[in-house]
Amino acid sequence: MEKVLFGDNQFFAVNHLSDEKSRAQSIRFKDDASIIRVLDQAISLGIDTFMCTTHDRIANICDHIRKNPADYNGFKIYPCMPYAHKYANAVTELGIVGTIKQYVPGNIFGTFAKGGLAYLNKDFIKLMQLLIDAEMKMFAGIQTPVIFIQNVLVDMILGLKMYRVFAEFDAYIRKKYNSEPGYITMNMPALLDALNSVGIENPIICSSINKIGFRMSGGKEMYEKYLKEREFRPIAMQVLAAGALRPKEAIEYLGQFPKIESVLFGASSKPHIQETKSLIESCL
Amino acid sequence: MIKGAITGLGKMGISHAAILGAHPEVEMVAVCDASSLVLNAFNKFSSVKTYTDFEKMVESEKPEFVVIATPTKYHYPMVKYALERGVHVFCEKPFTLTASQGEELTELANQKGLVNQVGFHNHFIGTFRELKRLLSQNVLGEVFHFSGESYGPVVTKEKGGTWRSNPEEGGGCLYDYASHVINLIQEIIGRPEKIDGALLKSFYSKGVEDAVYSLLRLDNGLSGTLLVNWSDETYRKMSTSLTVQGKNGKIICDATEVKIYLKKAVPSEKLEKGWTIKYITDLALPVGFYLRGEEYSAQIDYFVDCISNGRKSEYNTFEQAAYTDKVIEMIVNHSKTN
Repeated sequence: MEKVLFGDNQFFAVNHLSDEKSRAQSIRFKDDASIIRVLDQAISLGIDTFMCTTHDRIANICDHIRKNPADYNGFKIYPCMPYAHKYANAVTELGIVGTIKQYVPGNIFGTFAKGGLAYLNKDFIKLMQLLIDAEMKMFAGIQTPVIFIQNVLVDMILGLKMYRVFAEFDAYIRKKYNSEPGYITMNMPALLDALNSVGIENPIICSSINKIGFRMSGGKEMYEKYLKEREFRPIAMQVLAAGALRPKEAIEYLGQFPKIESVLFGASSKPHIQETKSLIESCL
Repeated sequence: MIKGAITGLGKMGISHAAILGAHPEVEMVAVCDASSLVLNAFNKFSSVKTYTDFEKMVESEKPEFVVIATPTKYHYPMVKYALERGVHVFCEKPFTLTASQGEELTELANQKGLVNQVGFHNHFIGTFRELKRLLSQNVLGEVFHFSGESYGPVVTKEKGGTWRSNPEEGGGCLYDYASHVINLIQEIIGRPEKIDGALLKSFYSKGVEDAVYSLLRLDNGLSGTLLVNWSDETYRKMSTSLTVQGKNGKIICDATEVKIYLKKAVPSEKLEKGWTIKYITDLALPVGFYLRGEEYSAQIDYFVDCISNGRKSEYNTFEQAAYTDKVIEMIVNHSKTN
């Protein structure tokens, strides 16, 4: 993995510090061209990996990349699935079965020729694979060397102690997509223990890592211990603690953990991207 | 370890199950739901027992507490059944379909000395706690207006549907979204006692309202507005805010920020004249396990803590939730009679 991963929260009105700022972002990135412009600036500064959620609008960005292969030679996307709000809003409105019906491609009764939902009942793994394929469709023809599950889902499976689901995800991503599976979490120490318990060794784990312990559940000390002593491939996110920290002190803090392979960050202006990228490269 | 069980494995129930599963003092012994799909997932991937009958689950497993996250119409009989058997109860919101049912359950829980809590999770967000504290310190001076608002993209096209589209079963924006805002107003600013105006509007839903606009008068004499719309797709997710205006300025509070504007500084609070912004990064309640927001874990931690320490709960009691249901009834009645 490269040291610098460019994120997408700024494009989709995700701002953990301010609902107001998040609306301002949604106005600024109203059309896809404005997203592509910032992405191109990041590329011009030497950033080649875009880590993004499987938001509907990413499909348009992927179309653009496919249509202009010369401009995106060597460009990689790390998809993060699913875009949780899409499903969460659907579950509120349609219930769980209704949501599956809406999002599993094709007619679910056709997909499982024998007995439809009754068959599905016995084969959750098949359902998971169908949903992964549905989410991955938009990335056809684009390099996706690492494929992540979003923290909402990772942490839900973790809390429910359904660790075997991780093993199934891991195996499917490797087999079907020839990619490395990754996990985003707000509970890194507990997740690493869980993954190890089902035989997943040295996993890629993306979690909040920052000086003030923001969204580091299990506690900052535990995170630091795991970063120093355990075997895994950490990606640091929320390094600025949603803006509470200044970039320099935030990234210097990461420097004490040589194990951190990459830093995920998002920014909307070229100078900002440049500044953060240089800091990461000098500290990591 | 405290033995707990859950009934109703929708979005909230599954989320509670995960949070309880990760809680170091809780042993999740069983889950209950009507859907075989969800139960089979539990059978296949986890070690908790599964039930389709709530009463049978309580009888066989004898949990010390239950979490009830079923559709609202089942809350009353299930909560009552659990309380009668000496089981502590955490119930999802809205509490019950009528305020009188909620009042009955409040009395029963208090009589039995059982911990009772309802899932109005906003009270476990640090910013709203800070707003309440600032108001109690009287930083705004005499208060003359409030506004409680919530917007989000739940129903954004025409579609029939689930129990949520049936007003008799606690569906609709008033029960689902507005209940949160009413409860916040009630516990942070003052209890609504009179409805001066109420509009329930449907844009896309059939049978239930998609928006609620109401004028509320509180027990402390203050009046203000309730503005709620769950069909607003300009919001990525549910966004709730309270604004309070006083003679010395105003405070706008949401889940991420407390924005304070003061005409005169309040040195005791280290608040200067003009704008001061306080962020959730400094105010969030620390939790051991995070899923979807600190507040969801913090409310469960608090509930479990009340049980293990024999503490009487102060946040989100049945009494408070029943009062919110009463205000909902007042709004419905006002909109019907005018």
